[in-house]
Amino acid sequence: MKSKIRGVLKDRELELGPNSAPTAGFNHWRYGKDEEGVGWLIADRKGSSANTLSEEVLLELDRMLDRIEKDPPKGLVVRSSKPSGFIAGADVSEFVGAKDESEIEHRISDAHEVIDRLEALPLTTVAVIHGFCLGGGLEVALACKRRIAIEGASFGFPEVMLGLHPGLGGTARTPHLINPVQAMTMMLTGKSLDARKAKATGLVDAVTEERHVKNAVRAAVSGDLKTAKPGILIPLLNSALARPFLASRMRSEARKSADPGHYPAPYALIDLWEKSGGSRAAMLDGEIKSFARLVVSETAQNLIRVFFLRDQLKKIAGEPQNIGHVHVIGAGAMGGDIAAWCAREGIVATLADMKAEPIGGAIKRASDLFKKILKRNIDQRDALDRLVPDLKSDGVSSADIVIEAVPEKIEIKHKVYAVIEPRMKEGAILATNTSSIPLEQLRDGLKKPERLVGLHFFNPVSRMMTVEVVSHDRADQAVLAMARSFVGQIDRLPVPVKSSPGFLVNRALTPYMIEAMVMIDEGVQKETIDKAAEKFGMPMGPIELADQVGLDICLDVADMLKKNLKREQPDAPQWLRDKVANKELGRKTGKGFYEWKNGKAEKSGTAPDPTPEMTDRLILPLLDVCVGALREGVVDNADVVDGAMIFGTGFAPFRGGPLHYAKARGIGNVVSTLQGLSEKYGKRFSPDPGWDQLKKRA
Amino acid sequence: MRPVYIIDGSRTPFLKARSGPGPFTPVDLAVQCGRPLLLRQPFKPDAFDQVILGCVNVIADEMNPARVAALRLGMGERMPAFTVQINCGSGMQSIDTAYRYIQDGISDLVLAGGTEALSYAPLVFRRSGVEWFGRMFTAKTIWERIANIFTLRPSFFSPIIGLERGLTDPVVDLNMGQTAEVVAKLFNISREQADTYAVESHKRLANAQDKNWLADEVEPAFDRSGKVYTKDDGVRPDSSVEKLATLKPAFERPWGKVTPGNSSQITDGASWVILASDDAVKKHGLKPKAVIADSQWAALDPSIMGLGPVMSATEILKRRKLSLKDIELWELNEAFAAQVLGCLAAWEDEKFCREVLGLDAAAGKIDRARLNVDGGAISMGHPVGTSGNRIVLHLVNAMKRLGLKRGIATECIGGGQGGAMLIEMV
Repeated sequence: MKSKIRGVLKDRELELGPNSAPTAGFNHWRYGKDEEGVGWLIADRKGSSANTLSEEVLLELDRMLDRIEKDPPKGLVVRSSKPSGFIAGADVSEFVGAKDESEIEHRISDAHEVIDRLEALPLTTVAVIHGFCLGGGLEVALACKRRIAIEGASFGFPEVMLGLHPGLGGTARTPHLINPVQAMTMMLTGKSLDARKAKATGLVDAVTEERHVKNAVRAAVSGDLKTAKPGILIPLLNSALARPFLASRMRSEARKSADPGHYPAPYALIDLWEKSGGSRAAMLDGEIKSFARLVVSETAQNLIRVFFLRDQLKKIAGEPQNIGHVHVIGAGAMGGDIAAWCAREGIVATLADMKAEPIGGAIKRASDLFKKILKRNIDQRDALDRLVPDLKSDGVSSADIVIEAVPEKIEIKHKVYAVIEPRMKEGAILATNTSSIPLEQLRDGLKKPERLVGLHFFNPVSRMMTVEVVSHDRADQAVLAMARSFVGQIDRLPVPVKSSPGFLVNRALTPYMIEAMVMIDEGVQKETIDKAAEKFGMPMGPIELADQVGLDICLDVADMLKKNLKREQPDAPQWLRDKVANKELGRKTGKGFYEWKNGKAEKSGTAPDPTPEMTDRLILPLLDVCVGALREGVVDNADVVDGAMIFGTGFAPFRGGPLHYAKARGIGNVVSTLQGLSEKYGKRFSPDPGWDQLKKRA
Repeated sequence: MRPVYIIDGSRTPFLKARSGPGPFTPVDLAVQCGRPLLLRQPFKPDAFDQVILGCVNVIADEMNPARVAALRLGMGERMPAFTVQINCGSGMQSIDTAYRYIQDGISDLVLAGGTEALSYAPLVFRRSGVEWFGRMFTAKTIWERIANIFTLRPSFFSPIIGLERGLTDPVVDLNMGQTAEVVAKLFNISREQADTYAVESHKRLANAQDKNWLADEVEPAFDRSGKVYTKDDGVRPDSSVEKLATLKPAFERPWGKVTPGNSSQITDGASWVILASDDAVKKHGLKPKAVIADSQWAALDPSIMGLGPVMSATEILKRRKLSLKDIELWELNEAFAAQVLGCLAAWEDEKFCREVLGLDAAAGKIDRARLNVDGGAISMGHPVGTSGNRIVLHLVNAMKRLGLKRGIATECIGGGQGGAMLIEMV
């Protein structure tokens, strides 16, 4: 609910002490003493909407500490003036391209000194934390003597997502402040804790509302704030006796989701703690070395690249356009979920269908989803209020965006457009969720074909970040901009593609899945095939993926691509058609290739190990299609291809994306392997002409 | 005085209260039919000047349900909203208050409705139990608490059914059904007549549902489990006099005439009507359906509250110099079959008309074919705070369908009152 009156009074909401004016000589921090003699050190990084700890920011902090040590205040508040949160971590861009381990060690060492200096200040330091407190930000907070969280704050160590672990003392300080098993879990999983949980574990001393910060600080400085005292268990769990046992438990947990060959960071952290967890000094020293070792590794560099790819895709969304109403036509699996997601993101979503029952089904799924992802009952209720059943399609005339998600038959879509186009308001756009019908055909008959665009969502909308934004040669630029902005507004990643069969993602995944079926015909066990892909780092093998997507959909996409693309593609096997005819569609019907129970595929554990050639047979065609799509201009640039594949299919993130992997492996190597496979298995492996160009760009 | 137009309206299906709270709270119901109504208007939800909502059984989580509904309907933080309660008249009182605000020039566009979820009517602790809890909470020491525990009696927790108390008049100590028995006696209404009337109510509603005559009025409701409610679900199309004859009297056994079969049902439902001034009609390009020509509230002895319609509607007739025959269509809320028939009999009763209503002679007979043409509260239920709103809405829709021009919606009100509205199509 937008609060307009409070908007006028917005500036008063954050308690920032005495500082409204910048401190001369500083770009990123402000400092001043309030009327009670308490110092307020405010982080406000110049030119950025979030605070991150770049080298420059840390240097300025060091100079601030000079001032503070010379003229010590009664107490020191450390907080941020950014609405988004406290401090979001280190400046990741400073680690891009890191190669020299000892240089990194030096830099991290210097940073440690600043943090240690903050910790050593002979006065009560109070971190006041709102919003995001992640990574290095949390480490700054841990260097303070007291921590006060504002409701809604979240605390975490996401470094592991970048192939790293905390590097500013977090590995040493956290396991001695809170239960080390909880501390290690935070650092190994990257999962955030909310303010209440943070208080419960002892990470923060109090949780309050922004309006009470002045009083809370007063209590902290005067010693009236009850601190979270580390429990007696903590030294025990950190002891030399306990650590090896706990470490081996942690290793087996980590193995469930992270192959040590692909993701070394969690294991490096566990090793570090097992070795030095009993001694703070040893931990701090070991942390610097371990961090430097990780940062220069290929995995970390690739994951850092992925972090920026995500940012890049986010930026494609452009300026926010405050879309307030989306009208979705078709309450099937996709339409219903798109509407539900829009409602969750604060947009009114009217959902139309010819019958009431599918809408009811969509509301049930939405209700179940909201129960899972929205903690408060009130938030669930509000989201459901925004998901509006609309049997009469009254929403068309006030919607900013109309999304058509009706069955994949051109006659049906044309009929729908004929009815709704005249009723759409000025400036509204018409988006189709089609995955296989060319937009050039769909726009036939529209009075304003320039406002047709494709918005291709993936299933399930709540978890798949990518949305392909499909343009055609008569699309209006403003319309495309609105479509991209909308995708950003609902917290998804827009991938601009040109209208062409399969766009990018389906086109790239199809040879991956078809090749798997060829291998089945050759007698390879399906579990082996899946393992070949999982070994590469794919989150799911092609057989399991086909079951997840639905064999009927896979078959439709495969047939459509074979018909429309010039690329060699094996025919879909007859037994696949038979399976679909028998309604063995995969997870959604309980059986496809695998038997599915409780949302999990039942896999035999005795399947033989795959060969490296099997992995190449699955992965290289996927790369080949990406190259072809890039060559044809379906996607503008290789980074967007990589980002789309990572966020749309989970393509092994630690490899940095399909095209990045190809370059790292060596394009010459990839091309010659493809040629070899083509001689052995058939023309479908012939390398795309685009590889040459990619070599030149590399 | 400025004319006040009825622009549009909608209601939820009426859902019979079965065991325990239904799928929708009072505000949930208001939101379910409010959303599609607001969606189809040519103006934004924040264009209204205010919201007025009738509701008798307000639940603790939704204090001032009018305002909660207004916010949940996206009408904006600046939308004033208040809730009205005049027992069964609440849904009509909201319309009447809006009517007066617009007439006076205070407002131009008002959303006026009614909502009720009788299935949420609480179980109430006896006073003795409430006082025990009070002592526990205010006890200052553990010894006081322990001492209090010893005063505990099981009878503290035998609950009182809130609905039962709500439907009993505290001045004359008769429940609503009993007042219908009194009216039945005074106007010689038989058990058979009441049952016959009840069957007709079911048949008419079933017919209206079959012919889809309620499509413009009833908006489907969707609960969180995905279930869709499209129809008033209390109707029994196969009702018959024989079946009803087997039922025992509900309120005064063994010789009473009022049974569960010829009484209105306990039901959940909501309804909204949009009212506008001339200025609002012009500003937003609206197409009025009807105009509110007059309204009247009347009060009478609570023990015969069922005659409320006669007391209130007759005042309008007198004021407008109209006769019963001049009213082309009637919606007279079916609190009880005996009560409806009692009203009709009162208008045909010479003594009553002369001495109570101040008329020269008996007012006359109302043609049954012009009365509650699509059924009523007996077949569809009586969500107390809603019915007054529904009968106005349905009167307009039925007059439109039948090409009629002038109608009266009227209802009896527990506590001894009646409300009536004269509606003319434009």
